[in-house]
Amino acid sequence: MTAISLDLMTALPELTLAGLAMVLLMLGVFRGKESAPAILGLSVASLTIVFFLISLGGRPEADAFDGLFILDRYGDFMKSLVVMGAIVTLVMSRRYCEEERLQLFEFPVLILFATLGMLMMVSANDLISLYVGLELQSLSLYVIAAIRRDNLRSTEAGLKYFVLGALSSGMLLYGSSMIYGFTGTTSFPLLAEVLATTSHGEVPPFGMIIGLVFLLAGLAFKVSAVPFHMWTPDVYEGAPTPVTAFFATAPKVAAIALLLRVMMGPFGDLVAQWQQIVVFISIASMIVGAFAAIAQTNIKRLMAYSSIGHIGFALIGLAAGTEEGVRGVIFYMAIYIVMNLGTFGCILCMRRSGAMLENLEDLKGLSKTNPLIALPLMVFMFSMAGIPPLAGFLGKFYVFMAAIESGLYTLAVIGVLTSVVGAFYYLRIVKYMYFDDAGEPFDGAIGRDMALVLIATSTIILFLFAVPGTILDGAAAAAASLLAG
Amino acid sequence: MDDWPILSLVTFLPLVGAVFILGIRGEAEVVARNARYVALWTSLATFIMSLFIWFNFERGTADYQFMEQATWFPGYNIDYKMGVDGISMLFVMLSTLLTPLCVIASWDAIRVRVKEYMIAFLVLETLMVGMFCAQDFLLFYFFYEGVLIPMFLIIGIWGGERRVYSAFKFFLFTLAGSVLLFLALLAMYFEVGTTDIQTLTAHGFPASMQTWLWLAMFASFAVKVPMWPVHTWLPDAHVEAPTAGSVILAGVLLKMGGYGFIRFSLPMLPLASEFFTPLMFTLSVMAIIYTSLVALAQEDMKKLIAYSSVAHMGLVTLGTFTITQQGLEGAIFQMLSHGVVSAALFLIVGVIYDRLHTRLIARYDGLVERMPVYSLMFMIFMLASVGLPGTSGFVGEFLVLVGIFQVNTLAALLATGGMILGAAYMLYLYRRVIFGVMTKPDLKAILDMSPREILVFAPLLVLVFWMGIYPMSFLDVFSASVANIVDLHQAALLQAPGRSFASLFSLSQ
Repeated sequence: MTAISLDLMTALPELTLAGLAMVLLMLGVFRGKESAPAILGLSVASLTIVFFLISLGGRPEADAFDGLFILDRYGDFMKSLVVMGAIVTLVMSRRYCEEERLQLFEFPVLILFATLGMLMMVSANDLISLYVGLELQSLSLYVIAAIRRDNLRSTEAGLKYFVLGALSSGMLLYGSSMIYGFTGTTSFPLLAEVLATTSHGEVPPFGMIIGLVFLLAGLAFKVSAVPFHMWTPDVYEGAPTPVTAFFATAPKVAAIALLLRVMMGPFGDLVAQWQQIVVFISIASMIVGAFAAIAQTNIKRLMAYSSIGHIGFALIGLAAGTEEGVRGVIFYMAIYIVMNLGTFGCILCMRRSGAMLENLEDLKGLSKTNPLIALPLMVFMFSMAGIPPLAGFLGKFYVFMAAIESGLYTLAVIGVLTSVVGAFYYLRIVKYMYFDDAGEPFDGAIGRDMALVLIATSTIILFLFAVPGTILDGAAAAAASLLAG
Repeated sequence: MDDWPILSLVTFLPLVGAVFILGIRGEAEVVARNARYVALWTSLATFIMSLFIWFNFERGTADYQFMEQATWFPGYNIDYKMGVDGISMLFVMLSTLLTPLCVIASWDAIRVRVKEYMIAFLVLETLMVGMFCAQDFLLFYFFYEGVLIPMFLIIGIWGGERRVYSAFKFFLFTLAGSVLLFLALLAMYFEVGTTDIQTLTAHGFPASMQTWLWLAMFASFAVKVPMWPVHTWLPDAHVEAPTAGSVILAGVLLKMGGYGFIRFSLPMLPLASEFFTPLMFTLSVMAIIYTSLVALAQEDMKKLIAYSSVAHMGLVTLGTFTITQQGLEGAIFQMLSHGVVSAALFLIVGVIYDRLHTRLIARYDGLVERMPVYSLMFMIFMLASVGLPGTSGFVGEFLVLVGIFQVNTLAALLATGGMILGAAYMLYLYRRVIFGVMTKPDLKAILDMSPREILVFAPLLVLVFWMGIYPMSFLDVFSASVANIVDLHQAALLQAPGRSFASLFSLSQ
């Protein structure tokens, strides 16, 4: 086989997705508005194909396109999470699109392009390909956030996201150029080599460190870590709910995957330099996530703060800077994505007399009116609060394990204490559903696909403790593969 | 039966019942009745299963029995490991005994969401039994923390007026303590490389670690016991919880803290335990005297009994940290006795609460006129709580006092004084509710206990006298284990002769 066909094989899932997305785009353009439901279905099918290509591939670890793109087990694991998140979001959004007249074929197609960008991010092996992947993702997401263009809040969310996102991309680019200027390369393996030779005893060039800080700031924006989190609550609240569900899951996982790869790969030898930044970001995110959420009355805003807090917990693992830490982050994100998909599934069921509901008060007495929505939501809430035996506890277990092993006791103590504060608002949702008197029931049947999503996610969260090895082994292999490269 | 995984069966059988109840469909009335019966039969079957443990348990040895082991987290040395020794076995029995009684006691009292209620209790039973059987720290923690979920729901859904506040307070107080225990667990895991309880006990942690680990465990167990001054969640939780919730709370959940001290703090961290003994004595004596005084001033029956629980548990922690044979045996016996007696007292309150829907002492008087059987029951359990010889309460208190007199006379003196107060508030309560002339018009028609209610009290009555008159059949079970703990503790102290307690506080060793 020639070199180019090897390269094509290496990036097969991405290429397939790009091709299918463009075909669907064409289909939408030529068929017009009526084709939207069909394109939604076809998008799910395309993503499913890509999912199988990623998870069943068995392709050898390799890099392609002159080292711009890397295929490893770490990437495969994270990509399968991302694609899973996209598939479930699309499945969940079907009913929303029908009822809210969001019959735009652009919506699923843009999600496909965003997903493609994320896959590129996860596999980026060079600052340039990192940026290209990130921008493909971001530009698609800006548009999706504002997809309800006749809705003021949606357009405001899109604009806000765009302006702040552009700023963060600028910082990221600026940081990358500084790094290039001081090291002479943008390739991750070469960067690692250069930095490995300077790091023994000597301090790396100061400009390099500044570049790294800018890079980190840009990435922190993408994962919505404090102090770059301001956009999150507004965008989560303003965007249509299926879009919020998407924001909370797939892009978060992809950005964390990218962050891990950049920090542990090329800058892995500079742990001492960036550890304090990550520790700070992590503590600040956990505290803001825990305290700011208390006062929220809108469930989407609350989920925004909740996701900020969760990112803080996940970053504990990165702060540890060890293989155990990376494993913890991966495992945490895998559980995080399942919990969030399930929770947003429940939020998408909050609909009364044909209108979507977003206030916590609307959940009152849900356990009496709609017990089959209340039960999974309760499971997710306890899981997010980190109460054993639910899966959220297992995620916390592994990141805190890494923190203790690396001697980050202060971080661990602050982490567990903020998780107690965070438990308060998760419990509040349970309180609304189970302790308060019933209000009006929600609108009828939730649909078979949504029921399937809720059952699958809550089953995973509820019973993962019995077979923790299933996801944990994958996470461990992924972490080993990231650090081996 | 020998090679059956009897502990896992006892632990998870209630869960099977819960799944059955979950599947019940149909009319509300039929569902409620079926849920009650399934819960009753499941918990009775569990109790009968647990009798096999009682009869097949080999007395006179400190070894763990009925061991089971299976890989849980492959590659991490964290296993699913179950086993009981003399200390945990009786707590398992206590849990399996109280659950069916709770189900019977809630038979008519709970009318809304019966199905969920019964599921919550069966899940709770699984978690309680599992916690006492767990031989792996992480497994223990799973059950220990998991208990919060059903208990939170029980207080919050079926509780009284301020149930939301109480449920949150209960959950957050306990969680705040437990997360520190969780960090201690992780730190121990990194020191030893496994979470197996026996390995951890045998490890011998460096003195510099012990202080911090001990404090982290203390944060969790002290809230659970609860010790003064972190006991404030308990009166709230008790007052608002439904009767059966209070029974489980007082009967079993409080024992988790005491059990934790005996199972973890003492044997794993001997140096720190020795060092912190004065702290424990001070807090325990404070609890005994202060909460007894507070109990004297209560207007609400359940609150009064809740404060008396804090005082009794103060005696338990006092006995535990004497680290003498008598003191520890007394502490364990006192926990078991309190489990039976306080459970019974909450049920006693529940009986009249079901009739008049108030727990205020001032709303009752002269009940003896209309309720002779009830008055007799109340008297027996009240006297058992005071510690009258011949009842279970006496044996525990006596042994604890014997233990504490050997170690610290002043603490013994104060604790004895507190117990006099204990007699005072219980007798005062009894006088106000039972004696006197019945003047309240709505009491004239009050009915004495029904056969179903007497059935609930019968096993508790038998136990109170059995434990009081022939305590050997219980002491036999755990005396060997206690002797083992005391011996190991002495050995650990001897092994570190040159080390002053100052070494506990130096972080770098």
